[in-house]
Amino acid sequence: DQAEQFFRSGHTNNWAVLVCTSRFWFNYRHVANTLSVYRSVKRLGIPDSHIVLMLADDMACNPRNPKPATVFSHKNMELNVYGDDVEVDYRSYEVTVENFLRVLTGRIPPSTPRSKRLLSDDRSNILIYMTGHGGNGFLKFQDSEEITNVELADAFEQMWQKRRYNELLFIIDTCQGASMYERFYSPNIMALASSQVGEDSLSHQPDLGIGVHLMDRYTFYVLEFLEEIHPASQTNMNDLFQVCPKSLCVSTPGHRTDLFQRDPQNVLITDFFGSVRKVEITTETISLDPDLADFERKLPKDELATEPLKYAEQLPVAQIIHQKPKQKDWHPPGGFILGLWALIIMVFFKTYGIKHMKHIF
Amino acid sequence: QFQLAVPVAVVFAPGSVPGDLPRPLPFRDVQETEIPVNLKTTVTTRYETIYRSTTAQEEAALGAATAREADAALHPLQDTSLGSLTMYVVPEMSSLLPQGVSVYVGKHRSALVRAGGGLAALRARLQQLTQVMAFTVSSITAALSDRVPDGQLGPDARRHLKSSLGYEITFSLLNPDPKSHAVDWDIEDAVNRYVQPVLDKLSLVANFSVDSQILYYAVLGVTPRFDKESSSFLLSAHSLPHVINPVEARLGSSAASLYPVLNFLLYVPERSHSPLYIQDKDGAPVSTNAFHSPRWGGIMVYNVEAPASPQTSLPLHVEVDMVRVMEVFLAQLRLLFGLSREELPPEFLLESPGNEGLADWELDRLLWAHTVENIATVSTTLTSLAQLLDKIGNIVIKDDVASEVYRAVASAQSAVAELAVGHLHSAFQASKEAVTSSERAFFDPSLLHLLYFPDDQKFAIYIPLFLPMAVPILLSLAKIVQETRQRKKEPTKLD
Repeated sequence: DQAEQFFRSGHTNNWAVLVCTSRFWFNYRHVANTLSVYRSVKRLGIPDSHIVLMLADDMACNPRNPKPATVFSHKNMELNVYGDDVEVDYRSYEVTVENFLRVLTGRIPPSTPRSKRLLSDDRSNILIYMTGHGGNGFLKFQDSEEITNVELADAFEQMWQKRRYNELLFIIDTCQGASMYERFYSPNIMALASSQVGEDSLSHQPDLGIGVHLMDRYTFYVLEFLEEIHPASQTNMNDLFQVCPKSLCVSTPGHRTDLFQRDPQNVLITDFFGSVRKVEITTETISLDPDLADFERKLPKDELATEPLKYAEQLPVAQIIHQKPKQKDWHPPGGFILGLWALIIMVFFKTYGIKHMKHIF
Repeated sequence: QFQLAVPVAVVFAPGSVPGDLPRPLPFRDVQETEIPVNLKTTVTTRYETIYRSTTAQEEAALGAATAREADAALHPLQDTSLGSLTMYVVPEMSSLLPQGVSVYVGKHRSALVRAGGGLAALRARLQQLTQVMAFTVSSITAALSDRVPDGQLGPDARRHLKSSLGYEITFSLLNPDPKSHAVDWDIEDAVNRYVQPVLDKLSLVANFSVDSQILYYAVLGVTPRFDKESSSFLLSAHSLPHVINPVEARLGSSAASLYPVLNFLLYVPERSHSPLYIQDKDGAPVSTNAFHSPRWGGIMVYNVEAPASPQTSLPLHVEVDMVRVMEVFLAQLRLLFGLSREELPPEFLLESPGNEGLADWELDRLLWAHTVENIATVSTTLTSLAQLLDKIGNIVIKDDVASEVYRAVASAQSAVAELAVGHLHSAFQASKEAVTSSERAFFDPSLLHLLYFPDDQKFAIYIPLFLPMAVPILLSLAKIVQETRQRKKEPTKLD
């Protein structure tokens, strides 16, 4: 039992950050990937309050969707992963590199609601799943931006500095996915990718009824693997590394465990995908004396006299109306304007010659 | 480098002075020990002890019949500043302490110790006492857990609640079977009577807010086994971790505040699964019928008696006995904070804190650990902020971020200084301010590294734009220079 305790992870809560970085109808499979992982993670116990889901969310109600309000993950429309209780935290144009990095590092404007924050502490195990289109060292966000592997590694280092995670599992399902975890340098990170540098990740199969490819191969086989996991199972990470060999996946999945302290053999799948809490039996009680409580009960505090509330001046109208125009100090023209004028004058003199100056002045 | 100073007073009642004192009373003594945490950090603990004999009032107080009365009488006479300890030594034959008990620790900051042996034995007792009442090596290293090299602390070392500016406490009543049980709990009254005094005592540590809810049709995730021998249902210890998750999704962690939430659940089992007992690892039913999860909260199972006759109309009206429930919940609250009374040296007797929930010295324990933790957090945060600024040369620090950093540094320095002198209260307040300022500075939204490009990226963007434009300009400039030079040469040539 002692040895068992030593190999156990020291986490007390679990978080998941699931990001789908593409939009548009033909990227249906990326949304289906992310939603399938979301379902598995919820099934294994992580509540919505601990999941940050970032999706473009333009599939279910897309005009091209022959089955509106659904997102299927398997052909023959077996499993609708969109369901009734999908809670998307960042949707549509909010899925940007900046928001993603803000969620990870915690540098969020104070007005952000609690559901959009990653409130992890030094005893949280975090699962980060990203999918979309990627290349050698970058991942494309919504067709207009990229996140590089260096930025991601720096974000994880910022998280480590502030002890925002105990252990981190990073899974990426994109083309050349292994390049994204090459640059990590913070401790306690384990990374899995669907393909090596130079290889493309392929999609699983198209559905002729819907007209697009429904899932990517790597995530499809990972999901098949996860369907067999239940909250009490003892399957470890080594089994996850074996999922999707080259014969099934066509690309070669890779993983990186050198930054991780424990041996992957001892890491349970439910350490990251589920939320198995440590519990202790309560053996102590305190003794309360009800009579004493009655006697000592303080009188309810008087209602504090509150001032009548009024709106603060948002726009100082009175000040603006009676403002006199400010005297602006004159500055000599700087830099660019000066250079432009110098250019024009030089061209002028070149053309007309200097001796004609006297005709002007 | 931390220095923790604890002011201790050892007061000798007449007849209890050991024979081998180095100097006549009263005298001072200072003991320092070093605790190495890692290569760069050490914590020095300093016990500043004053040895003196009792005053007349204290003697009169010590003449009380029981230890509890003596403690109550001595309370107004002693030094009650946070962090200080007073140890009263009573004669060996004194009847104040019951048989077999050598040390009695009271509700406030004092203890009664039975004399015996010489000064060395007394010093050993004093050390044991400070371990119990102030801090131990392990509690300090647990507070500094970030810096301890991995592997030295077990995985369970970091399970107490982290020091935070506030906590939210939520009491939930789970009734999965409203058809059979109509459960009423007078939670407002219970909170005012029993919980509020404890929270008032803890108000020095953090802000607490309390709310409560009732959830219907919320089931546990695990089906309990039926045990024929006791004709009751049992939940075994290893199925307990899976109980919490299905419930948590419905608890609705507060949407309003960012403070850590502590959930206390009271579960009334269904008619078909009553009575329900929790089994510990050895198979015996747990007396409290409750369990807790570190940094999350606790769950208690409240069994309802079966109706006397089968004809009683359902639903049964159940009035929850809030005293019993609150005893367990408040004990769980103490355990979540790390105030356990389990590991005691032998021959120690601890006074129960009564309705206040915790003794003064337990509050001190919390404050020592939290102050050290806060200061460590501040220094880590500021160091990492400095590293970030070194890495990104052109990051812009706004004025308010700068002022927060200055304030954090000043508060941290004053906290360390106060700790070294032994003023626990002001040290704790300073450390709280330091943490608030440093967190605000570190998590300022303007410090995102994404927003600041290194200079080479700027070149990479502007050169492709301006280089083609600049080529004809530069060439024509060169031509102008060439022509003016030629023209200057020509007149000399002709002449």
